[in-house]
Amino acid sequence: MTMTDNNQNHGQDMIRVESLMKSFTLHNQGGVTLPVLEDVSFTVAQGECVILAGQSGAGKSTLLRSLYANYLPQSGQVLIRHDGELVDLVSAAPHVVLDIRARTLGYVSQFLRVIPRVGTIDLVADSLLARGINEVAAREKAATLLSRLRIPESLWSLPPATFSGGEQQRVNIAMTLVQDYPVLLLDEPTASLDVENRQTVVDLINEARQNGSAIVGIFHDQAVREAVGTRTYELQPARSAA
Amino acid sequence: MMALRDNGPLLEVEGLTQKYGHQIGCEDVHFSLYPGEVLGIVGESGSGKSTLLRCASGLMQPTAGTVRFDTRVDGLQDIYALSEAERRMLMRTDWGIIFQNARDGLRMNVSAGANVGERLMAVGERHYGSIRDVSSEWLEKVEMDLGRMDDLPRTFSGGMQQRLQIARNLVTKPRLVFMDEPTSGLDVSVQARLLDLVRGLVRQLGIACIIVTHDLGVVRLLSDRLMVMRRGRVVEQGLTDQVLDDPQHAYTQLLVSSILPV
Amino acid sequence: MSMTQEAQPWQAPEHDKPVEQVEGYNFAYLDEQTKRMIRRAILKGVAIPGYQVPFGSREMPLPYGWGTGGMQVTAAVIGENDTLKVIDQGADDTTNAVNIRRFFAKTAGVATTEKTSDASLIQTRHRIPEKPLTDDQILIYQVPIPEPLRWVEPRETETRKMHALEEYGVMHVSLYESIARFGRITTAYNYPVQVNGRYIMAPSPIPKFDNPKMHQMAALQLFGAGREKRIYAVPPYTDVKSLDFEDHPFTIQSWEENCALCGADDSYLDEVITDDAGGKMYVCSDSDYCAERREAGHVGDQGEPQTPAQKGAAE
Repeated sequence: MTMTDNNQNHGQDMIRVESLMKSFTLHNQGGVTLPVLEDVSFTVAQGECVILAGQSGAGKSTLLRSLYANYLPQSGQVLIRHDGELVDLVSAAPHVVLDIRARTLGYVSQFLRVIPRVGTIDLVADSLLARGINEVAAREKAATLLSRLRIPESLWSLPPATFSGGEQQRVNIAMTLVQDYPVLLLDEPTASLDVENRQTVVDLINEARQNGSAIVGIFHDQAVREAVGTRTYELQPARSAA
Repeated sequence: MMALRDNGPLLEVEGLTQKYGHQIGCEDVHFSLYPGEVLGIVGESGSGKSTLLRCASGLMQPTAGTVRFDTRVDGLQDIYALSEAERRMLMRTDWGIIFQNARDGLRMNVSAGANVGERLMAVGERHYGSIRDVSSEWLEKVEMDLGRMDDLPRTFSGGMQQRLQIARNLVTKPRLVFMDEPTSGLDVSVQARLLDLVRGLVRQLGIACIIVTHDLGVVRLLSDRLMVMRRGRVVEQGLTDQVLDDPQHAYTQLLVSSILPV
Repeated sequence: MSMTQEAQPWQAPEHDKPVEQVEGYNFAYLDEQTKRMIRRAILKGVAIPGYQVPFGSREMPLPYGWGTGGMQVTAAVIGENDTLKVIDQGADDTTNAVNIRRFFAKTAGVATTEKTSDASLIQTRHRIPEKPLTDDQILIYQVPIPEPLRWVEPRETETRKMHALEEYGVMHVSLYESIARFGRITTAYNYPVQVNGRYIMAPSPIPKFDNPKMHQMAALQLFGAGREKRIYAVPPYTDVKSLDFEDHPFTIQSWEENCALCGADDSYLDEVITDDAGGKMYVCSDSDYCAERREAGHVGDQGEPQTPAQKGAAE
């Protein structure tokens, strides 16, 4: 594992990963175990954007999902600074993780997965409403973001199921960035965007970082990496299955 | 609502065991539920999920273990140590139970409005006009036609009966609602609308919820957390997306991989 | 009617001539052990106003539904010096009333009367006499269905629990339904009451017109349901409140007409069809009350003057 430091730390550690191990055991396929992450450790501070690098299959997505507690590591810690204290997502009680996700930790997945038949603007405003922000303010914030991401206003009331891939991805980004999360995890957020929209997303990411968010992301596009990254963390493929 | 993070658990289940003779209904179940959380319980028929729901919701005293609820006045109390009067009062004010079969949860021989108003009358509301106003309000919230307020539930479709059950339960603003397969037996399109509705209400009112179902789509949509049961035992539990995306137990892996692609 | 007839004291009509006590029965038909058992149930009922006390209802020499519950209560409390009045729908001269009166005259040898004020025991079906009762009288109701919660909850185990835990919300559900459907509470008889602030009680199928009479009544009220095997009671001077809503308060029936015979405007009226052409009149349901008023000189639209003074004045 190597870490190339392009930039000095901007502030407090927001993410601290310690000796993370993650493998998958396929019980219904003869119990074969596939190790993916082995002894991964790194930290991300406020105002940093760390690019996860490594060849296909190195476990970039697995690491990102483990940082969101979407995947359950076998050992090690994923410490996230929440309300000023580092909390380990691996061992935290579910309601604590949910609270961290609600207020601290944002995640943009590769694909939009939403409740069917809910209008786009409602989807975007949803997490704000859940935090008790009033409906008018929440919808206003959602509208501003959707405009910036060039989702035509005529589509706002429609569910995104029938949108184009690029539109869906922008809705997905809006759903997370509508909140000012102190920690952001981005899984190829610009994959299917045109140049113009890609630039908007880059701007949004940089604004979030400048506002103090700690960001970890996977970006396949070299230009985007250079535009948003403050340093790179290189993942090596784990040793093959025993 | 996650804003309630500093509060303790709303419901605490410890070592819950229910035996039917030598048969095990459920065994040694532990979990805590926090205010505003939605917990899904999945498993195939006979896995003990309905037994667990009945024991946890005060309908059936377990063979062993405790079920403690954060009562408004006295804090965490073992619900089976409460007097029956207190427990029943709890069940019709701070709790709601939505049954798979509307006939178990509704009074079929009285109008929709009266079904909703009953809980209000049970807690001492004696003003017809205000009972009617609150009932109408709730029928609207569950998207029912107010023109049917004075009709009997047996003239309603299955989806409407479930909506009525929801209104009837939520009218006293409970903090905890139990749902036993609330959408099975409904057409898929009706199911989806009902789930949207439940999700919206649960979110809006900050209700904690325990949903028993065999439908992983339902829990993916509604629940924050998931418990997987098999042969009366909990084989796996965790955040819903974690259990479904990274199942650890062989049975859960089988369950998740058995979902038919749409 | 002739003067001589009216001047005479009341006489029983032919079908209701006093009968002699017959040999071979225990006093008041039931055996002493049964009467003790029933008295215990009554005492318990008095101690817990409105609570339905189960009792070992006996076979009576008439079918269920004819007043077997009321008769057993009467048999258990009647003494040699009592004077018994029996009414059915307010009238003393209907078959059921006549036969029950004769039954106790035969088996207990007690005096009977049709006059409310002369009676120490009054067994009733479907009415409370208009004349206020006194604290030396007992009113015994015949009850077909003692459980007021029955129409919403068919399970006896559940209704008992509801009473025990005072879960009475469903009673208002039935009143709600009535208002939702008809704009007002339409329950006209067997209108549910709450006794002494605690138990909900079925007052038996008396018109709701009579409900207010139960409240703070001076007389002891006993209720017997033979088929359902339940006894309950309201002790003298006990609160009896008819259920209602704040914005739909309890009201009693009222009539635009007065009694056609005695002119009463404060009594429960029966509609009587007088011919095949739709002719009808309204008369007091309480025959004794009506007769007493007429004797005192009150005359309705279709009544005839009865006392010499009235007759004289009319002439």
